[in-house]
Amino acid sequence: MEFLVSDAKLVSGSRWLFFHAVAVFAFLYLPIAILILYSFNGEGVGGFPPHHLTLDWYRTLFADGPIWDSVLNSLQVALAAMVIALTFGVPAALALERAQFPGKALFRRLVLLPLILPGIITGLSLLMLFNVTGTKLSLMTIVLGHGTALISVATTEVFAGLQKLDRAQEEASLDLGANYWQTFWRITVPNLKLPIIGAALLIFTLSMDEIAVSFFLIGRDNTLPLEIWGRLRRGITPEINAVSTIIFVFSLVAIVFWYRLRVRGEGAADVGTESVDVAEGDAA
Amino acid sequence: MFSRAYKAAVTLPPLVWVTVFLLMPYLLMFCYSFWSVSASQTIEHSWNLANYGQLLRVNVYWQTLLRSMGIAARVTIFSLVLGYPLAYFLSFYAGEKKDLLYQLVIIPLWVSYLVRAYAWKTILGSDGVLNTLLQYVHLTKHPLEFLLYSPFAVVLTLTHIYTPFAFLPIYAALEHIPLNLVEASHDLGATPGQTFWKVIFPLSIPGVVAGATFAFVLSLGDFLAPLLLGGPSGIMISNIVVSLFGAAYNWPLGAAISFCMLLLVVGLLFFSERLEKKWSFS
Amino acid sequence: MATVRGADAGTSSRTLLSIRNVAKRFGKNVVLRDISLDVAEGEFLTILGESGSGKTTLLRIIAGFETASAGEVWMGEERLDRQPPYRRRVNTVFQHYALFPHLTVEQNVAYGLRVAKRPEAEIAFRVKEALDKVKMSAHAKSKPSKISGGQQQRIALARALVNRPRLLLLDEPLSALDANLRRQMQVELKSLQREVGISFIFVTHDQEEAMVMSDRIALLRSGELEQVATPREIYGRPATAYAAQFIGHTNLLKGEVRAGVVRCGVLTWPAALPDGPALFSLRPENIRLAAGTPAGTGSVRVRGKVRHQAFHGATELIRVECGDGLVLVARTPGSGGALDDVELEFSPTDAILVRESPERI
Repeated sequence: MEFLVSDAKLVSGSRWLFFHAVAVFAFLYLPIAILILYSFNGEGVGGFPPHHLTLDWYRTLFADGPIWDSVLNSLQVALAAMVIALTFGVPAALALERAQFPGKALFRRLVLLPLILPGIITGLSLLMLFNVTGTKLSLMTIVLGHGTALISVATTEVFAGLQKLDRAQEEASLDLGANYWQTFWRITVPNLKLPIIGAALLIFTLSMDEIAVSFFLIGRDNTLPLEIWGRLRRGITPEINAVSTIIFVFSLVAIVFWYRLRVRGEGAADVGTESVDVAEGDAA
Repeated sequence: MFSRAYKAAVTLPPLVWVTVFLLMPYLLMFCYSFWSVSASQTIEHSWNLANYGQLLRVNVYWQTLLRSMGIAARVTIFSLVLGYPLAYFLSFYAGEKKDLLYQLVIIPLWVSYLVRAYAWKTILGSDGVLNTLLQYVHLTKHPLEFLLYSPFAVVLTLTHIYTPFAFLPIYAALEHIPLNLVEASHDLGATPGQTFWKVIFPLSIPGVVAGATFAFVLSLGDFLAPLLLGGPSGIMISNIVVSLFGAAYNWPLGAAISFCMLLLVVGLLFFSERLEKKWSFS
Repeated sequence: MATVRGADAGTSSRTLLSIRNVAKRFGKNVVLRDISLDVAEGEFLTILGESGSGKTTLLRIIAGFETASAGEVWMGEERLDRQPPYRRRVNTVFQHYALFPHLTVEQNVAYGLRVAKRPEAEIAFRVKEALDKVKMSAHAKSKPSKISGGQQQRIALARALVNRPRLLLLDEPLSALDANLRRQMQVELKSLQREVGISFIFVTHDQEEAMVMSDRIALLRSGELEQVATPREIYGRPATAYAAQFIGHTNLLKGEVRAGVVRCGVLTWPAALPDGPALFSLRPENIRLAAGTPAGTGSVRVRGKVRHQAFHGATELIRVECGDGLVLVARTPGSGGALDDVELEFSPTDAILVRESPERI
């Protein structure tokens, strides 16, 4: 069996690994492929084989008012959440990378916690906060929920970018007479452009998709996922397949874009494990 | 190098926000768990341990928690079984295609959870794609009932969702193994198989621990998949919490369970972190 | 194109390794062209070259981490390049040591023996022996991260040698060490090789290192062998301009031969060569100050002005402008004072005819 010859290509000895990989990719993508296929099915979401391929469901979708209202709501929430997450997440990354202060370890863990803690816990605790302060539930409360939970995404993405930043550049700027504020805007931020854009993209996508936190903080207006959720309880139609397909396509584009941006900033293997970098960052 | 003013400027705003919107809510939840709900559906701030007592005594909570942990454990094992060889293949055998294949793995990761859970729902139902397909090719005569509204469906769906989560840290760990270590192992006479067990796998253990932790913790607290696909036999601990905040209206009890979950997750994170450090050699 | 063959191995013994017409391409990039070289049993051969010369690639082909695009490698009666690295009786000392971080020093050294499933008692004995030989027994239970670079290098050496390979490959193992440690290790490696008696192929870009340690040097330039000879031979009789310049200092003199006389600017001397252009290498230590002494028979003399004097302790290197654009570098005793107008002298036999070294794409 050949293995890892430097001019590497797909080598035959690794046959079973290759088939395993194919099987896993099939497992990951077939359900989505089936879902997309059945969005064109005239007869309904199940049943094999699909008959009567049609665009009717897409037509129904485009005429569906409440769905588009919820899309609008989701967009507003996503944009606002993006602003909050970046406004607090970027400084948080800077603070973690540069400052020492009492309680820093706790702060770091707290910021990272929403990444791994089940979303409902974060959602519920915020619900209790709003309840105690008498705040009415609305899109605003959802914005606060998403923004808070997604600070972790902004922080981890920017932190990874900061580690690649050559500190000597900022020192040179200070040496040449710029103060901290000027250095921040002229040197630091431009160097963080790629991670910040990448983070923005990711935050936006995740917010559009978010259910667990939103579930508890919702007022009168639905976000898109919750609107779909409500439909699911009433009955399943391929219209849901249609909207799911569209969501998939948009997510696909956004994620590929995000990935390309990140790879431009650093090596491909580090993309996706930024939370590990931040968690270990304290040791540096 | 950075002035105190600079450090204060970058530290204070996020610190304040996170304290107000993360730390305090968790603490508030902790407080709620000691309160109780009165007969007239209002929350009384009478501090007691009644809720925790209930958790210990009433069977359904224990059973559900254990079932949830069982499901999470199965999801973790399957995710690792699916994810590790995939990561290994990408890292050592994929050559030029590595980048493209990596993108293909992370795309499902970020594409709507709801969409993917829904997809499985349409596939596994008695009128779903899988059952009708099996009947169409005459492999079965009647729909297989266990496919949907069962722990099986939940495990299957959660494995689908969390395999990429398990994959990521494993792949990163494998990529960080210096190539010359693999070459040195071959040079000293070890076959690729021996090299894997003696060099590659030990050095990838921190990634495995991280991946397993992600998969386990995230599946343990999942509420959407059981709600869509679990049926009565597939209820998980988060569903109980959700209903306590909904129809079953008992916020304090719900808060108690949530807080226990919070402690469990934090405990697991500490444990896995220590395990990772122990197995980290670089 | 003439292939330089490593004939007449330094110690007149059998050929261990035979590299035959090996070439290597990475995509469009040709890294090695038509390399043929024989390595003798028990010889210390250095592959010397600049970065990009292909020396590491050649080593990796012998080790088995690259496959040649053309050509063959034979060890004894067997095709070596057909075998995967883990079946070759060849071991490598890597440039950055490549010690396994999760194993102790002892476990690192024992690795090859464990993999070969040798009995435990034998492993323990041989590991101890190897560690003693590199003077690292005290650190047997340490992890690689806890020992210094120089110590890691010794462990890498022990780990390779304990398997008693037929051939040891060393990929610039001393490049990460500081100067003093380097010199010390050069001596140790040389005596170690004599002691164990197996062939060493040593790769480096440091020509001094190559001269100190090697039985023979194979000089590689842009993927081709420039010259393969003992250090004395390569120094005293370089075959090409590149060889003359890469190893030690030299003056390259472009001249024209006509009727048995070389004319090079203001210099002339007799030479039994065919008419035409010729290139000569003249080492600085072969140019003396002709301080008022009568000219020896046949020696060439020239006057010039000293432009630069560099003090090197025991000697000095002086740059002398001799008119007509000719500049000579001479090595003089360091005890002389500041020099201005000088007369230089050398013997024609010290002007070695060398081939051109054309640019290679």
